[in-house]
Amino acid sequence: MTESRYMTINMGPQHPATHGVLRLLLELDGEIIVKAEPHIGYLHRGIEKLSESMTYPQALTLTDRLDYTSALSNNLAYCLAVEKLLDIKIPKRAQYLRVLMAELQRISAHLLWVATHALDLGAMTLLFYAFRERETITEILELATGARLTPSFIRIGGLASDIPDTFLPRVKAFVDDFPKRVDDYETLLTENIIWKKRTTNIASMSAEECIQYGITGPVLRASGISYDVRKAYPYSSYEDFDFEIPLGIHGDVYDRYLVRLKEMRQSNRIVQQAAEKLPNGPFAAVDAPLVVPPSKESVGRDIAALIRHFKIMEEGFRPPCGEVYASIESSKGELGFYLISDGTNKPFRMRIRPPSFINLAALPKMIVGQMVADVVAAIGSIDIVLGEIDR
Amino acid sequence: MAGNLLKETFPDAVQKIEDFRGETSVTVDAGKIREIMAFLKESEKLCYDLLLDLAGVDFNDCTPRFMIAYMLHSTKFNNKLRIKTTVAEGASLDTVSDIWLAANWMEREVFDMLGIIFNKHPNLIRILLTDDFVGHPLRKDFPVKGRDFDKPVQVCLEEEQ
Repeated sequence: MTESRYMTINMGPQHPATHGVLRLLLELDGEIIVKAEPHIGYLHRGIEKLSESMTYPQALTLTDRLDYTSALSNNLAYCLAVEKLLDIKIPKRAQYLRVLMAELQRISAHLLWVATHALDLGAMTLLFYAFRERETITEILELATGARLTPSFIRIGGLASDIPDTFLPRVKAFVDDFPKRVDDYETLLTENIIWKKRTTNIASMSAEECIQYGITGPVLRASGISYDVRKAYPYSSYEDFDFEIPLGIHGDVYDRYLVRLKEMRQSNRIVQQAAEKLPNGPFAAVDAPLVVPPSKESVGRDIAALIRHFKIMEEGFRPPCGEVYASIESSKGELGFYLISDGTNKPFRMRIRPPSFINLAALPKMIVGQMVADVVAAIGSIDIVLGEIDR
Repeated sequence: MAGNLLKETFPDAVQKIEDFRGETSVTVDAGKIREIMAFLKESEKLCYDLLLDLAGVDFNDCTPRFMIAYMLHSTKFNNKLRIKTTVAEGASLDTVSDIWLAANWMEREVFDMLGIIFNKHPNLIRILLTDDFVGHPLRKDFPVKGRDFDKPVQVCLEEEQ
């Protein structure tokens, strides 16, 4: 009599270490994984379909709900795509503020990642430290945007408003303090023998394999390939800032951890430069009156401005026919928007290139042949957000 | 440059080369898609080794009805190229998931959302929606609110049965 010696177990969808509603079907030979199959879609809200029934400014609010740990980055990617379609120029002040906010958001997303990833692997202490700094960032961003998680602050044509006077001093205080905090995190983990044993040579991906699977972001860079959209196709004045792209060698969980920690330091440098060099000027495009709504004061004074405001809010605007692809380096990888316009005020098709979705597709490759306890380390190291995967 | 090289290599298959906002899109014949993709990936002059995205679009009243766009990036030369091809309703397209493993899930999503069949795909099943879902939501004739939105929901309590 031959009996199957493999055991199938179900991990998730309700499992604390799957970071959302991810379900994994694992086939085990003892403790070794022989087959893994991710099941996704539990959080599917049809964002791509919904956007086709909304005007361009309205569809912006949907992008907040993609990767909810870095909503401002999603706003930025969407706005860049629409602005490319419209072919409008954004003032320098708005570009610098966009960079500043996107980088703060990256630090905050990486902090959330390092906190939960360490918690998954049993190092609970870091959670409290990382969440303290993340809370500071959330408060700083709330000060400017008025929201903690879904700001919709970066608008087509610029920003929703200028920053308050108290914003920059708080950013500067954070930036000066933050490198010391990262040092603190490193004393907890980087040379920690337990941490190293749980992460080195786990879920390794070679550079060729990463390219084959279309992986981008810190996971790709941990394998030694220096592809970062901020350097490869600079957007929003990233070419004005001095920063490096941290690279790993082995492409394992430990290298991904190191890459993300170094990225936080680099992001901190960018925030510092953006805050120091922040030029004066308008916070939204002035030469695009059909895209950027007029200010509150002029709406109160001028009937034409009132009508224009109403038209933009009610009807939106009509970009020329055509298709564009614009992408940014979000905290997870390359986040791209492929927009097709048919000349009406609604996107004909909005395709989102979600970095987490494509990175997650490589998870079976990472964990087959590894121990079942390493699955948690592998999932954590990809840094997935299910809101973005399921859309 | 990539467009011209493609035109030279596949004179019959390249239908159109467009430039819009600094992006190049090349429309090619669906029948030759595998050869063209393999060429773009392997060619030393182009080396488009990273498949960034694969998007399906439904042009409801056009023939052929569907369009598939492949977003390619070359890590060696640092540039992007978009390859487009058209698929008629009921027709199918060859998979590129053996050329790029990344295409596996992307093609599954296009199948799920638009109902386009990819020949020889290793595992062409729905990915985001449930297996018993009827219809393909990103088709233009699929209502935004869902098919049965205006019909009353029938609730049948266990005691009433």
